[in-house]
Amino acid sequence: MLLKDEVGMLQRVPLFSGIELAKLKLLAFTSDRVSYSAGQILFRQGDEGDAAYVILSGKADILVDSDSGTIKVAELLPNSIVGEIAILCNSSRTATVRAASPVEALRIRKDHFLRLMKEFPEMTIELVRVLADRLSHTTADLIDARSAK
Amino acid sequence: MEPSLARYIWTHTKKQQLWILVIVLLSMIPYFMSFDLPKLIVNGPIQGKGFDQPGATQPFMRLHYNLPFIGEVQFFPGFQLDRTTTLFALSLVFLLLVVINGLFKFYINTYKGRLGERMLRRIRFDLVDRVLRFPPRYFKRVKSAEVATMVKDEVEPLGGFIGDAFLQPVLLGGQAVTAMLFIVVQNFWLGMIAAVIVLIQIVLIPRMRRRLIVLGRKRQLTARALSGRVGEIVDGIGAVHVHDTSNYERADIAARLGLIFKIRFDLYQWKFMVKFLNNFLAQITPFLFYMVGGYLVIQGRLDVGQLVAVIGAYKDLPGPMKELIDWDQDRQDVQVKYQQVVEQFTVEGLIAPRIGALTIDDPGPMTNPLSAIGLSMADDGGAMLLDRISLQVKPGETVALVSTSTGGAEALAEAFARLNWPESGRVASGADDLLELPEAVTGRRMSYASSDVFLFQASLRDNLLYGLKHAPLTSVTYEGAAADQHRWNIHEARRSGNPDLDIHSDWIDYASAGATGRHDLFEAVRRVLDAVVLSRDVLDLGLRSSADLTRHTELAGRIVELRAALRTRLEHEGLSELVVPFEPGAYNKEATIGQNLLFGAAAGPELADRALAANPYFASVLRQAGLDRTLYEMGLEIAEQAIELFADLPPDHQFFQQLAFMSAEEIPAYETLLQRLKNRPYETVSENDRAMIVTLSFAYIEPRHRFGLLSDELMNKIVAARNQFYENLPPELENAVERYDPAKYIAAAAVMDNVLFGRLGSNHPDAPDRIRSIVYDILDELGLYAELLDVGLDFNVGAGGRRLTGGQRQKLDVARALLKRPDFLILNRPLLALDQRVQEKVMQNVLEEARRDGRSPAIVWVVTNPAMAMMFDRVVVFDAGRLVEDGTHETLLAAGGIFKELLS
Repeated sequence: MLLKDEVGMLQRVPLFSGIELAKLKLLAFTSDRVSYSAGQILFRQGDEGDAAYVILSGKADILVDSDSGTIKVAELLPNSIVGEIAILCNSSRTATVRAASPVEALRIRKDHFLRLMKEFPEMTIELVRVLADRLSHTTADLIDARSAK
Repeated sequence: MEPSLARYIWTHTKKQQLWILVIVLLSMIPYFMSFDLPKLIVNGPIQGKGFDQPGATQPFMRLHYNLPFIGEVQFFPGFQLDRTTTLFALSLVFLLLVVINGLFKFYINTYKGRLGERMLRRIRFDLVDRVLRFPPRYFKRVKSAEVATMVKDEVEPLGGFIGDAFLQPVLLGGQAVTAMLFIVVQNFWLGMIAAVIVLIQIVLIPRMRRRLIVLGRKRQLTARALSGRVGEIVDGIGAVHVHDTSNYERADIAARLGLIFKIRFDLYQWKFMVKFLNNFLAQITPFLFYMVGGYLVIQGRLDVGQLVAVIGAYKDLPGPMKELIDWDQDRQDVQVKYQQVVEQFTVEGLIAPRIGALTIDDPGPMTNPLSAIGLSMADDGGAMLLDRISLQVKPGETVALVSTSTGGAEALAEAFARLNWPESGRVASGADDLLELPEAVTGRRMSYASSDVFLFQASLRDNLLYGLKHAPLTSVTYEGAAADQHRWNIHEARRSGNPDLDIHSDWIDYASAGATGRHDLFEAVRRVLDAVVLSRDVLDLGLRSSADLTRHTELAGRIVELRAALRTRLEHEGLSELVVPFEPGAYNKEATIGQNLLFGAAAGPELADRALAANPYFASVLRQAGLDRTLYEMGLEIAEQAIELFADLPPDHQFFQQLAFMSAEEIPAYETLLQRLKNRPYETVSENDRAMIVTLSFAYIEPRHRFGLLSDELMNKIVAARNQFYENLPPELENAVERYDPAKYIAAAAVMDNVLFGRLGSNHPDAPDRIRSIVYDILDELGLYAELLDVGLDFNVGAGGRRLTGGQRQKLDVARALLKRPDFLILNRPLLALDQRVQEKVMQNVLEEARRDGRSPAIVWVVTNPAMAMMFDRVVVFDAGRLVEDGTHETLLAAGGIFKELLS
C-alpha cells in the first residue's frame, strides 16, 4: 500500500475527516506502517502508552483482563483508531489489543499525535466527540449492568 | 618544595652547570681566534705584508712562546708557505674555526636545552607527585583546571631559563667587569663616571622592576583563575544551559579577560618604560664623556688619545649590561612563577612518601579488626558529622550502617576509606593507625565504592581493572629499536628524577581477582558484572559497537556459523520476515537504494554518506548502468514530495525526525534547487546539482517511505550496477569499502549488523527487541557470549564516564570494588541512582559474590533504606552524629528504638 492509498484510508477515519489532505499525507508519512499476523499483540494492558494505531485493514480484538479471566470488550474494524486514551492520559494501556486477522496499521507516535492535536483543533474536537460518545455508551452499559443486578 | 628557584636549580644541576661553564670558556678560544684571523688574512697574503719578494715564504702554524725566565721557546717551526698557499691555508683555518665555533654553539645550545627540559620534567613530576600526596581536604578547595594549568603552563618558562641560570651572569658579568676595568685603566675619573651610571642602573632598574613582579604575579593568578573558570564551565555545562546562565558566564569571562588585559597592558607599559630608562642611562655615559671629557681636553687636562680610547672601550659595556639586566628580568619572572606554584603546592599534612611506596609483593590479608576509636569527623565548614564514636568491625562480619539524614554513617565509611581524615580520635586496623598503613595494604585489602563515582576516559575494561593496577608485575623484554628506546627512557627518567616504572608492563594483579592470568581473569570479570546486573548493558554496548578484530578473532571466525544459526532460529520460530538478509544477487527492500548500490560498509570518508553520490567512479558506474538519469528523476520526485510535506513546518518540528532525506535546514536550499532544475533537460544540469539530487534517492526505502518509486526493473538494474561497481573498483577505493559477503565479517560494521547481515523489517515495531534477545540466545548457545561481553568492555566510557548512565557508573564502581576480593568491603550508599528494587537485588548479589569460594570478607554497607539491613549480621544505627543502636536485626527490632521507627 502506498502513501497516497493510506491517505485515502485516513480520510475515511472520522477523527481525521476534518483535516486537509496535505496534512493527512504528512501524518501518514511520519507514522510507521506496521503489520501483524493473526494472534499477534499490538499492545498489552498495563504497558506504557507510546503510540496510537489506525487500523488500515483486518480486524483486531480489544481484550481486558479481569478477575474472571480475559474478556473481549470490543472489535476493531478498518478505519478505526485505538490506543489514544493512554496517550492522552499519560497512563498505561487500559486494554490489550490483539490482531484477529492479519492486520495492517499506521502507528502514530505519542509526540506526533499530541502535536497534531495542538495544530488542528478540528481534530481535537472530533476526538472529544468520539470520546464523549464512548463515555455515553459506557454509561449506558453501566446502567444496564447495575439494573440487571 | 624548595622555595628558592636558584637553590632548586643548583641542587639538581650543579655538575651540569659547571660543565657547561667550562665548555663555554673553552669555546671562547676559537671564538677569539676567529676575531684575529681576518686581520691576518688581509694584512698578510692579501696586502702582501711579509711577502715583499716574489717567492718569499712565511712560517705557518709556528708555535713559539715567550716564557718568563726561559725566554723564547719554539715548539714547532711551522711550514714555510708562499703567498697564495698562505692565503688558502689561512682561509681554510678560518673555515675550520667557523665550523668549530658552530659546533660549540650547537653543543652548548643542545646541552642547555636538554638541561632545561630535564629540569622541567623534574619540576612537573615533583608537582604531580605532590598532587598524589595531598591530604584529602585540599581537593575540596582547588579547581582541577587550575592545578593542571600550574603543572603545564606556569612552570613552562622555567625550562628555557634553567640553562642560562648560572652561565649568563658569570659570562656577562665577566664581560662587563672587563670592559669597566678597561675604561678605568684608560682614565680613572672618566671610569668613575661610567661606574656611577652603572651603579644607578644596578640600583634603580631592579627597584622599578618590583612593580613588574607584582604585576607578573597578578597576571599569573588571574590567568590561573581563568583556566579554573573555563574548566568549571566545561564541567558544569549542563547547569549553564538548564538555568539559562550562558550570558552570565559570558559576562564573567569577559570581565576576567578585561582584567587580564589591563594587567598585561600595565605590564607592557611599565616594561617599556623601564627599558626606556635603561637605554637612556646607557646613553648618558657617552654624553658625559663627550661633555666632561671634551671640556677637560679643551682645558688641556686630558689628552685626546685617552678620551678616544675611553669612548672606544665604553662601547663594549652597554651590550653585556643590557643582557645582564634582561637576564635579571627573566630570573625575577621565573622566580615569581616558581614561587607562586610552589606556594600552591606547599601544603601541610602531605601524605608521607612511604605510604604510597611501590610494593610489588602481596602484602598479605588484613586479619585485624577495623575500628573507629573516639572518632570525630567534621565537614569543611567545621560542622560535626560524627561525634566521638567507637565501633569495631571484625573480620568476616557484615554490618549495615543505618543512618538518619543527619546520622553521619557516610562520614564513617569515608573515614574507613581514608577519604577524609579524623578531626579527632582515630581509625585503626588492629593496633595500627589506619592512616599509617601503606596504601599497598589498604588499597589492596580494602575496597570502597560510593555513589560519587569517578571513571577515567578509557574503556570499560580499563576502568574495571583499574583497581588491580598497583605495581608493574612483569618485566617486558624489548628487542631492537624498542630496546634502545626503552634504555633511553629509563636513562632519561632517572636523570630527571622520575621513576622508571614501565607503563607497558602488566600491572594487573590477577591473583587478587582470584585469577592466574589474562586467560582466566575474564571469568572473574563476568561474575562481578553479573553480580551488579551490568552484564546486559555491556552486551548491548558490545552489539552496538564494532569489534576490534585483532582481539576478537573468534567472533569474526565464526560469523558464518552465527548468521546461519540466526536464520535457522528465525525460520524455526516463524519470524523469518523480521529480517531481510543481504544477498549478493538480490535487492534488499528494507535497505536504502544507496546501501543496495554500495552493498558494503564504507570504511573511509570517500564513499560514506553524502560523498557517495559525488564520487566520480561511483557516478561513472551509475552512468554505465543507465541509472544516473533514473535516480536523478527519482531524486527530483522525492525532493518535490518532501518539500510538499514539510515546507510549511517550523524547522524544530519533531516530524523532521522522520525525514531521512534532508535536514530541516536544507529544505530552503532544495526548494530553490528544485525551482532552478524544473523542466531543465538532464544533460544541462551540473555535476554538483546532480549529486545533490541523486543523494536524495540514495536514502529511499520503499516500505518505509511508500512513495511507490521502486520497480522490479529498477531493482534489477541496481543489483547489476552493484556488481559492476566491484568488478572495476579502482585501487584507491579498495580500502574505502568493505563489500557485504555472507562468508566474511565486516570490520567497519557493528557486531549486531554483522550477525543480522540484513535489515530489520520496518513494519514490525517490536523487531529490534525480539531480535536482540534471539541474538543473545544464539551467542550463548554458540559459546560466544563471553566474546561479545569482551567487545562491550572495549567501549570507551567518555570523559568522567559520561557516556554511561549514572546507574551504570555506580554499578561499575561496585563491580570494581568487588573484583579485587578485599578483606574489608566498604560500600557507601553505592547505588543511589537505581530504584529500590534493583538496589536490593544488586545488594543480594554482591553479598553472595563477595562470599563466593568460601571467602568471608567483612562488609560495611551504608544502606539507603533501613529495610535493606535485614541481610546483614549486625546493624549499627546513627543519629545526629552519634552511634545510637548496635545489634542484630532482631534485637534492634525487639528493642523498639530508632531503628524500628525508621523501618516503619
